Amino acid sequence: MNKLRLAAPVAALLLVMGCSKTADSQDQNTATATPSADVKQVAITAIVEHPALDAVRVGVEDELKDAGFIQGQNIKVVFQSAQGNTATAGQIAKKFIGDKSAAIVAIGTPSAQAVAASTRDIPLVFAAVTDPVAAKLTPSWEASGTNVTGVSDALPLEPQIDLIKALLPNVKNIGFVYSPGEVNSTTIFEQLKTTLAKDGIGAIGAPAQRTADVTTAARSLLGKVDVIYSTTDNNVVSAYESLYKVGIENKLPLIASDPDSAKRGAVAALGANYYDMGRQTGKIVVRILNGESAGAIAPEKMATFDLILNKKSAALMGITLPQAIIDSAKEVIE
Amino acid sequence: MSSIALFGALEIGLIYALVSLGVLISFRILDFPDLTSDGSFPLGGAVCAVCLSSGMNPWLATGLGMLAGACAGMVTAWLHVSLKIMQLLASILVMIALYSINLRIMGAPNLPLIGADTVFTPFLASDFSNQWWLQPLMILGFVVVAKLALDVFFSTQTGLSLRATGANSRMARAQGVATGKMVVLGMAVSNGLIALGGALFVQTQGGADISIGVGTIVIGLAAVIIGETLIPAKRIFWMTLAVIVGALLYRLFIAVALNSSMLQDFGFGAQDLNLITALLVVLALVLPQAKHKLLARKG
Repeated sequence: MNKLRLAAPVAALLLVMGCSKTADSQDQNTATATPSADVKQVAITAIVEHPALDAVRVGVEDELKDAGFIQGQNIKVVFQSAQGNTATAGQIAKKFIGDKSAAIVAIGTPSAQAVAASTRDIPLVFAAVTDPVAAKLTPSWEASGTNVTGVSDALPLEPQIDLIKALLPNVKNIGFVYSPGEVNSTTIFEQLKTTLAKDGIGAIGAPAQRTADVTTAARSLLGKVDVIYSTTDNNVVSAYESLYKVGIENKLPLIASDPDSAKRGAVAALGANYYDMGRQTGKIVVRILNGESAGAIAPEKMATFDLILNKKSAALMGITLPQAIIDSAKEVIE
Repeated sequence: MSSIALFGALEIGLIYALVSLGVLISFRILDFPDLTSDGSFPLGGAVCAVCLSSGMNPWLATGLGMLAGACAGMVTAWLHVSLKIMQLLASILVMIALYSINLRIMGAPNLPLIGADTVFTPFLASDFSNQWWLQPLMILGFVVVAKLALDVFFSTQTGLSLRATGANSRMARAQGVATGKMVVLGMAVSNGLIALGGALFVQTQGGADISIGVGTIVIGLAAVIIGETLIPAKRIFWMTLAVIVGALLYRLFIAVALNSSMLQDFGFGAQDLNLITALLVVLALVLPQAKHKLLARKG
């Protein structure tokens, strides 16, 4: 009986595995049938799927297309998301390494680490990793000499602080809502504190462990700060509406570094354009596909930032937007 | 599926086999619904990672990670046995407390181990070319030792008392078994194994991340249920073997979902991975029953 019980699902599993194998070899057959026999695989993996990370992927794909790498003709682009599960991220890394990909693009720190831990020769191009040096992906910001390079989404804080000072010339204390479990946010908080200290401005943190804690965290800042600043923290971005509510109820201006947050109620957002970062990442992938070694390409910082303003929020939160800032904005929401 | 992908699935499956052995002890043998695992898995990883980054001997670091997990399990058991807090609630309390504690231990939400010495380092070739089969093989060693040690332990006087506590605590007390102590011991062993899984996990994945614990209990339980369905058994030897097989099959299911271009041709994408996994697990549960019914009708 035991044997019988075991047999059915194992048979089913083998069947699917077998079929997948046949399908794989069919893929190879069609590949060899096309004019260019050398179809390289570019594998993209992300730790989770959300709009910013998806934009990176689309940017990479578009850049490849513009460089003449056409899906199905001379290149095979595959994508898999770990759905937030680090064990799955490990399995995806192993799959792409086993496929002998020409390059693996890993979006997000855990995905990049999983790939870096498992291969020393397949080129790894990370994206949306804030601090690749702290994440031990590269030893420094110089060309690594290993198989790793990529684009970091580290935000230069100075322009952010300049924006806050331009909108609120008398700012004394800045409140920062973030989740203590996200390495990107905790790193930025540390940098924010040291950078602001030079100007004699205080930074007060309000940690929100879960999305549901964002309101409470924001309320804890009332009376202590002149503005609430937030970055691309997943928890905060998911619950931005609750932050907005606290902002308008208490005439406390919100400034963000996530461009979408301006559409959702922040007075201003000076932030990364993740699609452009994907484009920048794609350029590195193209260089690798054209024969450059990943270790000879220095990791880059993201190049383009967009300023988005929200006039309605500005009125509700008691901020007058200077004309010079309105003129420099990429988009002004009325 | 490439052999690297297959061995990668086996590697993670074997790590989670340690988790499912732990879950087997708490849920099945001790009858203690325990969610501590979502905290003790990353706890084992965090402690091991911190020790490794400070240059400690990897075996000692792994052992300390395991020990930390055992302590977490003892705290859950203590909350229930001594403070009379409901089992589920006690484990949830320890689980959420561990989230903050793990952040404190690591000092940051992510602690990379790329380039650090691990238990695997001395055996790896300089170009890491043997990594894909060596790591799963060594973890298999851990699993075999853990399995056999458990088999032996559960046939000792203490082990039998522990099983009696889970099966019928009132009867066990009447027979002179100190059931409270048995619960503490069982939970320590259970979470120690889970934390050992966590410690090995961070050494294979390039670092510890605060998010690695999410869903540990779901994966552990799925493995236990798949194993039990395939190999229903009362004897400890078969029970422990069953959950190991369950954990391996679970990871193979995921590998198939990731690797099968047939599924992708049907329009399944990466976003359907969790659904595919759930469907395959349901299949594993239902097929044997259907077969059983069919045989009964014919017979």
